[in-house]
Amino acid sequence: MQVDVKLFASLREGRFESEKAELENQSRVIDVIKKYNIPLEEVHICLVDGRDADTEHVLQDGNTVSLFPPVGGA
Amino acid sequence: MKIYRVNMSNLSFTQEEVPEEWRLLGGRGLTSAIVAKEVDPTCNPLGSKNKLVFAPGLFAGTMVANSGRLSVGAKSPLTGGIKESNAGGTAAQRFAKLGVKALIVEGIPEEDKWYCIHVHKDGVEIKEETELLGKGNYEVIHTMTARYGENTGVMTIGQAGEYKLSTANISVKDPKGHIRSAGRGGLGAVMGSKRIKFITLDDNDGAGIEMKDKEKFKDAARIFNKALLEHPVSGDALPKYGTNVLVNILNEAGGLPTKNFRMGRFDGAEKICGEKMYDTIVSRNGDPTHGCHVGCIIRCSQTYNDKDGKYLTAGFEYETIWGFGAGCLVDDLDIIARIDQMCDDIGLDTIDTAGTMMVAMEAGLLPWGDGEGIIKFVEEIKEGSHLGRILGNGPNFTGKAFGVTRIPTVKGQTIPAYDPRAVKGIGVTYATTTMGADHTAGYAVATNILKVGGNIDPLNKEGQIELSRNLQIATASIDSSGLCLFVAFAVLDSEPASHAIIDMVNAQYGTNWSVEDWFDLGRSVLKTEIAFNKAAGFTSKDDRLPEFVAESIPPHDAVWDITNEELDQVLQF
Ligand code: SF4
Repeated sequence: MQVDVKLFASLREGRFESEKAELENQSRVIDVIKKYNIPLEEVHICLVDGRDADTEHVLQDGNTVSLFPPVGGA
Repeated sequence: MKIYRVNMSNLSFTQEEVPEEWRLLGGRGLTSAIVAKEVDPTCNPLGSKNKLVFAPGLFAGTMVANSGRLSVGAKSPLTGGIKESNAGGTAAQRFAKLGVKALIVEGIPEEDKWYCIHVHKDGVEIKEETELLGKGNYEVIHTMTARYGENTGVMTIGQAGEYKLSTANISVKDPKGHIRSAGRGGLGAVMGSKRIKFITLDDNDGAGIEMKDKEKFKDAARIFNKALLEHPVSGDALPKYGTNVLVNILNEAGGLPTKNFRMGRFDGAEKICGEKMYDTIVSRNGDPTHGCHVGCIIRCSQTYNDKDGKYLTAGFEYETIWGFGAGCLVDDLDIIARIDQMCDDIGLDTIDTAGTMMVAMEAGLLPWGDGEGIIKFVEEIKEGSHLGRILGNGPNFTGKAFGVTRIPTVKGQTIPAYDPRAVKGIGVTYATTTMGADHTAGYAVATNILKVGGNIDPLNKEGQIELSRNLQIATASIDSSGLCLFVAFAVLDSEPASHAIIDMVNAQYGTNWSVEDWFDLGRSVLKTEIAFNKAAGFTSKDDRLPEFVAESIPPHDAVWDITNEELDQVLQF
């Protein structure tokens, strides 16, 4: 299956802004993080289709996965 | 410590002892206490009965990081209620070093003249001002810096304040001579109504601050400062990307208010986001990491240069970029930076000016996405044309003038950069805070979106009332300390940091406060403000969001489902 992967802030450094990823069926958010060698402790927020998801969340074809390090402001 | 009081009716100055009831107040706690005690809640905010109060926070002038915020208070011409707006810059620490706990400005001059005020160790001089009338804030700051030297604190109003427009702010000089703003609620108009163009501060030979236990304070401040640097948000993310890093996360989460709150995502987000801004700043030799006052170690500010590498603006914040960007469908960061620079110079709150432009676009005065058109309209405000006077009085006034009903305000003040349906906790704050729609009054976005201080689903109403209440109380305390709100990321996540605050109060003031006493401070500030607003004529009907929140907002089809009865529980404590 295919999912859109989007990275933000420092996670973009040396990687990319967005990319289509080919994944095995039943892949989870953690598999995406591993696929791009992102240290798990750098990922603070995972959104799947714009909703908060944990790293064990099972993905479906066509999902958008957005990953963020800790960020803030007001 | 002392109180400086200026009466503009007879151009007199008095120095007063600090009454016991105000000794343990500072910042917002003090401005609100003074306004509540001395200002008739039913008065015309631009009339002689209103007072303008400046107060540094409890920790101003000390070694604790990020403690240099200045609170400014009055009855607001924009909301009609009590107002506190705070800013960084060079003023608060100068007040503290002069031993001045508050400057109270009352009355209105009888003669049709303008004045400036110079504050120093022996008191205050009130002088007639003619040279800088009609000039922008940058010129005032440059002229005063040339006259009194680099170290002079400056607080000034631009043309908007001179015209007494409800979106006029008070600008404060920052350490580099750029501008920070006490932005919200039209406090610049109150200063203009008192015919004060600018206030300068010279802290030479000031009495300094009193400190009961220096060593204890130092120990606690060290723990606190360390916690700020160790927290990933205040230690890494804010210094690098500034507040504008929020564009992308709000956009992804479907909570970036787009086209006057019609959608939660903006197609142009990537063009105006914090990552893009960082790259642009670096490629043009700007400075991505800058503190708005001496002693800020988070340094979320920056200087943004134009295409030719020349200084364009500073303190270029998420709220501004969202408002003129996604809010108005403008996807050009350079145009938004020019608008930001103009608003700073003219002395306009960027959130309320952006809200006004959304209303102007609703009215068909400008096409959506017309950034150059916004620049022309801001120019009209500067010139004081009839259209400019309408726009400068904010979204409600403009909406009324042009028959628009979709107006993004609560209590007349523009809703900031988080859609209340998609980020429900902040919606509760917008509706209920004493300030009119204000994200900083109880920043539930931290817990709803940023996963700081917990994790509460932004799309579910569960837990939002309590979250907003607790944050509003904690914020009222922080705003009284003079600490920048951005310390809250570390404070929410780190117990040593929150305890250090109590230890610092006790060390500086010789008190024996517990954590509960600290929150009692926040509660009592809110109660004072609620009572003022009630006496000014506010009821629970004013604690409501605009009608359009009944419509669902894509991408999540989120609706506002928090009932009025639930909202009425927020400030019951
Ligand atoms: S963190 Fe930002 S807003 Fe806060 S004091 Fe520092 S520069 Fe100013």
